[in-house]
Order: sequence, then C-alpha cells, then structure tokens
Amino acid sequence: MSQDIYAGANDTSEGRVFTVSGQDWDSISQGLADEGMEERVVVNMGPQHPSTHGVLRLILELEGETVTEARCGIGYLHTGIEKNMEYRSWVQGVTFCTRMDYLSPFYNETTYSLGVERLLDIEDEIPEKASVMRVLLMELNRLSSHLVCIATGGMEIGALTVMTIGFRERELVLDLFELITGLRMNHAFIRPGGVAQDLPPGALDEIAGFVALMKKRLPEYAALCNANPIFKARLENVGHLDLEGCLALGMTGPVLRSTGYPWDLRKSEPYCGYEDYDFEVQTWDTMDAYGRFRIRLAEMWESLKIVEQAAARLAKLEGAPVMVSDKKVAWPSQLSIGRDGLGNSLDHIRHIMGESMEGLIHHFKLVTEGFRVPAGQAYVPVESPRGELGAHVVSDGGTRPFRAHFRDPSFTNLQATSVMSEGGMIADVIVAVASIDPVMGGVDR
Amino acid sequence: MGIEEKLPSGVLLTTVEGVAGYMRKASFWPATFGLACCAIEMMTSGGPKYDLARFGMEVFRASPRQADLMIVAGRVSQKMAPVLRQIYDQMAEPKWVLAMGVCASSGGMFNNYAIVQGVDHVVPVDMYLPGCPPRPEMLIDAILKLHDQVQAGKLGANRLAQIEQRENDALKAVPTSEMKGLLR
Amino acid sequence: MSDQGPDQAAVDQSPENTAHLPAEAGQVQAVGARSGMFGVKGTGDTSGYGGLAAPIVFPGATSRPLEGWREDVAAALDTALAGGGLHTALQQVVVHRGEVTFHVRREDLLAVATLLRDDPALRFELCSGVSGVHYPADTGRELHAVYHLLSMTFNRRIRLEVTAPDADPRLPSTVPVYPTNDWHERETFDMFGIVFDGHPALTRILMPDDWPGHPQRKDYPLGGIPVEYKGGTVPPPDQRRSYN
Repeated sequence: MSQDIYAGANDTSEGRVFTVSGQDWDSISQGLADEGMEERVVVNMGPQHPSTHGVLRLILELEGETVTEARCGIGYLHTGIEKNMEYRSWVQGVTFCTRMDYLSPFYNETTYSLGVERLLDIEDEIPEKASVMRVLLMELNRLSSHLVCIATGGMEIGALTVMTIGFRERELVLDLFELITGLRMNHAFIRPGGVAQDLPPGALDEIAGFVALMKKRLPEYAALCNANPIFKARLENVGHLDLEGCLALGMTGPVLRSTGYPWDLRKSEPYCGYEDYDFEVQTWDTMDAYGRFRIRLAEMWESLKIVEQAAARLAKLEGAPVMVSDKKVAWPSQLSIGRDGLGNSLDHIRHIMGESMEGLIHHFKLVTEGFRVPAGQAYVPVESPRGELGAHVVSDGGTRPFRAHFRDPSFTNLQATSVMSEGGMIADVIVAVASIDPVMGGVDR
Repeated sequence: MGIEEKLPSGVLLTTVEGVAGYMRKASFWPATFGLACCAIEMMTSGGPKYDLARFGMEVFRASPRQADLMIVAGRVSQKMAPVLRQIYDQMAEPKWVLAMGVCASSGGMFNNYAIVQGVDHVVPVDMYLPGCPPRPEMLIDAILKLHDQVQAGKLGANRLAQIEQRENDALKAVPTSEMKGLLR
Repeated sequence: MSDQGPDQAAVDQSPENTAHLPAEAGQVQAVGARSGMFGVKGTGDTSGYGGLAAPIVFPGATSRPLEGWREDVAAALDTALAGGGLHTALQQVVVHRGEVTFHVRREDLLAVATLLRDDPALRFELCSGVSGVHYPADTGRELHAVYHLLSMTFNRRIRLEVTAPDADPRLPSTVPVYPTNDWHERETFDMFGIVFDGHPALTRILMPDDWPGHPQRKDYPLGGIPVEYKGGTVPPPDQRRSYN
C-alpha cells in the first residue's frame, strides 16, 4: 500500500485509512485483519465515480457486501445560480435557471416563467401558441430526459448497448431543439410572457418525421430490456420504497408513481393548457427500480402522443403571436433571427430606428433595465421528468428577482438513497440511485 | 549522404520524439471527469452519432491511474476543486488537461462565490474549449488540435529546454490587464 | 425646478415613482425603501435620479372570508388551532394572485404543521421544501422561511411563512412532521444561517464544511472577480452600475 498524501491517518476519527490503488488487496485485507475489522468497512464512493450519476458522493458502511448505512455527500456542483439570478433582470434569469437541471432545461424555464407571469398577473394573456409550443418542447424534453435516464442507468449496470441506443435517440430530439430554439442544450427559449421566437418553417414536418421514427425505435427498448433476465434480475425488488415512505420523504415523479399512486401535476394542477391534451398517467405497482424503468418507458409513449397533439394544434396556429401583446413585457421591436441566420429585414429596422422613437426608447429600456414585477411571491410547480419542480419567485417590485428558489425534485428525491439501499447489496446502491435519476446540476444548483 | 541512402526499401526513419508523439496521440485514454452540462455532451461525443472511437479514444477510463487526458467538463465548484486536483495528481505522466466549456475555462457566466474562475487556477490546462456547452464536434476538434500538440511534444533534454523556454516567455509576457489595443 | 411645476407632476407619475400597490390585497406591508435608480450611491451617482425614493411594499393581510376553497382551509385551520389551544399561532393570512400564505408564529410552527398534516379537514401530506428569504430591511423579522404544502387529498396548495430576527435566527425544525425537510433545512441553514432547533444533523450541505458565512444572505456579496481583457476591466455583476 502506497503512502497517500491526501488521506493521511489523521483524517479519520476512528479506524485506519486505506487508499486503494490497484494490486494491493492483500495488504488491505492483512491490514483489516490487524485492525480486527474484517467485516465492517466504510467506503467512500465518488464524487468522481462513473456510476454515481454525476458528482454525487456516497459514504457507504459495509458489513461484507451488505450496506448497513448509506449517506450522500452533495454540493460538489453548487453553482450559486439562485444568487446570480438576483443580479440580473427577470428575463435574464431564464438564462441562468435553464442550466440548473441540464437534462430538463425547458422545465426549469417554464416553472420560473409561470411564476413571474403569475406575479405580473398576465397568466390569462399568454397567447395560445406560446402555451402549445411550451407543451411541445416540454414533452420532447421529457423524451430526451427519460432517454438519458435509461441510457446512463443501463451503462451503470453494464448494459452498454442501452446507453448507445439511448444517446442515438436523444440526438434526434436535440436536432429538433436545435431547429426550434437554435441550441442543443441550455436554451433560454421559454421566457416570461411567452417564448422567444416563432416556430421555424419546416419544423412541423421534422416533428412528424421524428414521431414516426420514434414509434419504430421505442419498441426496441422494450424488446431489449422488458423481459431481459439479466436486466430484470438487477432491477426487480431493488430500491423498494412504498407510498408512505414516498410522501414522508416528499418523493414525486416516477418514484411516487411506481407505488401505484397516479399523481401527476399535469392532471391535478394543469398548467400551459395540459387539461386539453389526451394522455394517461402511467403507474406501476412494484415500488422498485424495474417499475420506475417501465413507467419511464410508458411515459415516453404518452409524451409522443402529446407531441402529436401539440403539433396538430400548431399547424392550425400559423402566424399566431408567441409573446404577450403587452409591450411593457414583450420587446416592441420584435427582433428575431430569420432562417438565413440574419436579423430582421431592413425595412423593419428602419421603422424601429427611424419612425417609431417611442418604440426605440421602450426597447432600449426593456433590454437594459427590464420590466418591473409587482411585489409578492409565487410558486407554480410543473411536472418535470423527475417530479415536482417549482420555483419560489419573490419580487420586491424591482427589475430583478429578489429571490428565486428552486424546489428541485432531484434534490428532494435523492434523500431516499439511504432508505432504498440500506440493508441491500452494495451493487444495488447503483441501481437504486439510477432509478431515482438525480441530476446533480439540479441537486446542487 | 547519410544512413538513409543505404537503407533497404520498406524502412522509414524518424525521430524518437516523433514516434513517441505518434503513439501517444493515437492512444489517448481520457478520464471521465464529467461535472455538469458539458459532461452530457462529452458522453454524446462517445455515443453513436459522433463516435469518438474514430480517433481511438472511445475508452473513457473510470480510474485516473489509467488515463492520460482529463476532460474537465463543466463548472468546478470550490468544493470540487480539491477533488479535481487529487484526481489530476493520481494520473500518470505524461498527462494533459482539456478545459471543456466556458465554466471550466474561465468561470463563464457564473462569476460568483461558488465557482472556481477557471480550472487553470487548480491544474495546468493544455487546451481551452469555449462554448456553453460546446457541441460534440467542437470537443472532437479540440481533441484533434490537442493531438497535434502531443505529436509535437519533446522528450528528454529537449523537453527540459522547452519547459525553460516557456517559463521565460511566460515571465516576460504582458499581463492581460496591461495589454493595449482593441478588445478582440 | 419648483415642486408645483408641471415637470414635477410628470416625475411623480412616472413609473419609477408610482408605488406598486398590489391590487387585490387591501393592506400592504412595507419591508424597506428603494432609493435612486441605478444602484450607485454618493458622489458616483451622476444620473440625477439619486433622490428618488419609493417604499417596498408587499401584499398585506387579506380580510376574511377568503375566496373559494381557501376559506375552507382557513376555517378548518382556525377550528383545529382553537382545539389545540393555539389561538395566537396565526399572525395573518395573505391571499395574493390566488396563492394563500399563512404567517405563523415561529414558536408554534411545529404544532401548526402537525395539525395541517393530520387534521382530516386539512391533510397536507406533502411538503415541497423550505425556501429561505432574507429581507434585511424588515427589522425584527429579517429571515423568512417559506414552506409550500400540498394536500393530495383535496388538491390544494398553501404556503406557510415563518420569520426570525437576525439577532436570534432560530426556528423549530419541521423534520419530525415532514422528514423531507431534512435536506431542505440543511440547505436553508447553509445559505441563510437559520438554525433549525431539533434538526437531527444540522450541518452544511452544499458549501464546504469550513466555509465562512452564509452565501445567499443579502449582506453576503456575490463574490465575483473583475474580468480583465486587453486593458479593459469589467467589475463583477454586483459592483456594476445597474437599475434597482
């Protein structure tokens, strides 16, 4: 065993520290025998570990191969986004919060925008097309997020093919995002008052092609995993958590629905017009990791259904506004980037710069100063792929958020790690964590 | 004139540096150091569409002791910085660091209490890759540019001379804040 | 410029000087004042707007009865509180933009949370965590902790707000009632320094264990560094001239 300058013997209050660096198992087992602790070992796993779903640190106390105590260490990705948002205008806040849970950026943007809209009291004035586009983007995002969850979850238990096909399909969704918003990730596209831009020409055809392709590809996951004996042996009866445990720990999303309780904010507290879409809440009753996998798979089918319906509505809404008409919130100049990558036409710019002085001043004020939001607080949760995601938005009547706090489902759900994995095998810890699907950017913010 | 004129056919001559550089660049083993959004794009680069395996580096190593390239993919928090340095120290020489994304390169938009303003405060960086997050194509391009650097790497006495030369250049360099001219 | 002049009237009516009174709530609650327009104080302010002053007012108590199901919740809570001998626990009820906020005395937080969870007419089974807010100008009650509760039985959502002064930043922990608040309270302690009495292990969760200060309080600077590039220096966002 080599001397390690980082983990000296003084760093622990009890026991002896071993640094495992390969080919030294004999010395470790000898050392453990000398200490009289053949069975009980405390293992630090992470924060840099390929199977902990990001920079999660797990501190596991083991008796042989059984986990007797599991604790999480988080904060390794704390970014101070909430504090940063207090120094930017309300619209710029979207740019920050989209980077929290980086696998479901549209949900972060939507919950924040809905909160700001409630404070502005313009909830009823959001154009229909903006709401439909939000729904479309969110459901596409649910697809890409669940795909990553299944892909990385597969990779962590050694099923590398699941990972490669998961990322293959995710690329298709990202191509749609890039077409619609211009970016693959971190879009800042959904803004207080609506969305940033109209659908580009040809987007609906691409979406139709994507839906048709996904209907062929999604059965591949079912064929690969659903009845796969190895997959089932790793996932079934692992990460058990019943309904009472879920409610006590504040669990939402697929984990809650895997207990058979059909709780989905899209049905119970509809936002963005979800009450008008036809879809089912997916549940499973095994309360384990396998059930959560099946729920995610089934939810992707439901998302495809919603995407189809949203696309059908968008086809009828050609040319409709995507931002509120209130020029105190929306930019009067309506700057946009065309398909050729250039800005508005010269005539439009001439009108703004030369003929409409008020419009120019207003635009300048809105861009530099931003709009003021009446004092108060709002909390409008949405059903993100991981559960209830909500932004507690506080305004003091100024041009910048006084406080924006995000209730991230990853953060809350990760608390269940110890309940799900204590008493089980060490290999099942990975499966339990993967079934929660925490995104560390959302956990630490 | 020299030995090359008397060689039989089928033999190429080169320098030891050239061969070593060629071998090193063609067998990069990156360590998985995914932190945030960029990590997802890094995984995508290894996925089927962008396929980093074309350049002989699809094997992301979980253990830093088996890796020679650290791709710092994402924002490095103050809490993560010591861990990052420890992992860098655990990697065997020769090793390279690629700062992926603006957060790892300079702190980016997160100019605040929590984020290290550029991972070069903690470890030496060989390649900076801008973007938030950079596309997989950009990552691949950065890696190929790093390949060129590795190919041109020096050995032995040449390397010591190169290090000294760079040290002297850096000492003479004008600090960024004192540079004059246009902001470009 | 004279005070009676037409120019002054125009200034008074300008959006910067109109008090942003919440429309639906009758009363307001002042928590501070805003001065100037560009965030610059003293001689650095050459804008001419340094004298502007406007109160920061939040929506105040709403008169009973409340609207719709909110009255059912409030009435059920009143009954439950009276049954538990907690007449003074509720300080005020605010309805703003359709969201109802119950301001609770901090000593009674745990008892009120227990009632809200267990009373058959209330049944708020799920707590969506704790959000700390720091109002430095709200003297005597600077630190607020906000709890969002959800009743899945009745599909209702309410908010609890508890305050503590900066000098004595202590609140009772709600972990015995809502175990989910374990990490949320640790985060609030980490970011705001609110000490939750009775929490099983109140330690820092996001920042390193030896971090000084509580970063998301208003008196903690953003902590950015100036960005230098080719002779230009841009100060960090919290030191730039900006609208306030």
